[in-house]
Amino acid sequence: MKNKFLAGPYLVWMALFTIIPLVIVLYFALTDSVTGRFTLSNLAAMKDYLPIFLRSIWLAAISSIICLILGYPVAWCIAQTGPKVQRFLYMLVMLPMCISFLLRTLAWVAILEDTGMINSLLGRIGISPLPLIRTNGAVILGMVYNYLPYMIMPLYTVIIKIDPRLVEAAQDLGCDHAQVFGKVTLPLSVPGIVSGITMVFVPAVSTFYISQKLGSSGTTLIGDVIESQFKTAYNPNLGAAMSLVLMILIFICIGLMNRFTGDDDEVMTL
Amino acid sequence: MRKAAKIVTVIIFVFLYVPMMVLAVASFNKGADISVFKGFTFAQYKALFEDNVLLPLLLNSVIVAVVSALLSTALGTAAAMGIHRMGKRARRLAMGVTNIPLTNPEIVTGVSLALLFAFVGTMLKIKNVLGFVTLLIAHITFNLPYVILSVMPKLRQMDPNLTEAAMDLGCTLVKAFFKVVIHEIMPGIISGALRAFTMSLDDFVISYFVYGPTFVTLPVEIYNYTKKPLHPKIYALFTLLFIVILLVMVLMNVLQARDARQRREIAPLRKKVRQ
Repeated sequence: MKNKFLAGPYLVWMALFTIIPLVIVLYFALTDSVTGRFTLSNLAAMKDYLPIFLRSIWLAAISSIICLILGYPVAWCIAQTGPKVQRFLYMLVMLPMCISFLLRTLAWVAILEDTGMINSLLGRIGISPLPLIRTNGAVILGMVYNYLPYMIMPLYTVIIKIDPRLVEAAQDLGCDHAQVFGKVTLPLSVPGIVSGITMVFVPAVSTFYISQKLGSSGTTLIGDVIESQFKTAYNPNLGAAMSLVLMILIFICIGLMNRFTGDDDEVMTL
Repeated sequence: MRKAAKIVTVIIFVFLYVPMMVLAVASFNKGADISVFKGFTFAQYKALFEDNVLLPLLLNSVIVAVVSALLSTALGTAAAMGIHRMGKRARRLAMGVTNIPLTNPEIVTGVSLALLFAFVGTMLKIKNVLGFVTLLIAHITFNLPYVILSVMPKLRQMDPNLTEAAMDLGCTLVKAFFKVVIHEIMPGIISGALRAFTMSLDDFVISYFVYGPTFVTLPVEIYNYTKKPLHPKIYALFTLLFIVILLVMVLMNVLQARDARQRREIAPLRKKVRQ
């Protein structure tokens, strides 16, 4: 069949606007910002940013785990309902992802800030304001809030596909609820868990808006530093080196995660 | 355990929707401070419709979203059909390329495209290369994988004999596509296009790196706004967008339900035909 050439324009497009840009990132990362000569100093400068890298990974990892713990029961519950309710609930999960995450994050600022809703409520019952905003906790909350749907969707997709006969078989063979969950449902959900963690971790580790709004100078993340290299400090070479390291880091993480699923059979459900 | 899971689910839905309710309530607030409700008013909506900054920017966003959704749907549908026909090796490679923008963090995609455009700009000696075209290219690029992932499953579900039957009956390949194949994969094309549209309409991170002062979209402007105190009419805009997106999603829902029903009704017939 000739029509495999239909993919030609697409592949050309992706080469031009995905592959070549990444090559340019590599080029910038390995050249000096002034002379344009080959250098490793941009990459060597990464060690100064090691604490920021570690903080980003740490906060994103905690958020991913919280998302998993909160998202699993939700995905499971949605999968238990009838088809009509299921579609509706699935829509409710997707809906927030489609509307300005900037404004939704800003709403959290209004809820958490020192004169915000929670603190003014507390003030009314005589409790002095709590330091809610500009903390690691607030940044994690922002990540969980924004990326939880990305966890629920792939989990739901795998849970719905679990053959109910397997659950029945386990029950017939004498498993109680906890055992059925531990021996059947959970192991079969692993592809969804891996995909969900990836889909939460990647945007969380690279975010810059959430940490700008809900964090402080003490919660600067790697995304903030990259953003500032391109928008204010203007050192694209250093920014490119950071992007490169971030990208490699994420590919390593995904590679490690995919080991758990064994077969890379298009787990990406989005 | 079942009960505990249910309670968690209810709490999570509240958690997901409370911030949006806060914004919706703020859009009817007389005062400018989001956390103090000073009385009900429609003034913010009136201010929104009299505004001549936000609405043109919303129009810009819609233009980019519509154009990029249409182009990426056309290019992506063709690509999906091509990839579907490929051998195992070529398909793996093509899907690998498709996965790059999906797995790469948005900030890296944005930065890499910004560097490409700057590079091309200096090569061709164009000042201010960033503008509508660069924004459109970026949006098409991140939309394409979503279209492909929506269309591919429908191609896999389709009976491969259909195309051949149409061609046996005298259709050219192109005619067979428009008479047969396109109807079979339409639900995938529509959901891909809608997904591309919503992704594009709301994109901030990538747009932020490739937009130029000549063409600003709403999310970028909101970001630049939020460095100053926000005007409450923006909450009115949010509330209206919420309603629009809700309606679009309900529509999608109805279409999907209809598709599923048709599939159920047609399945036994098809079985009979095959026998």
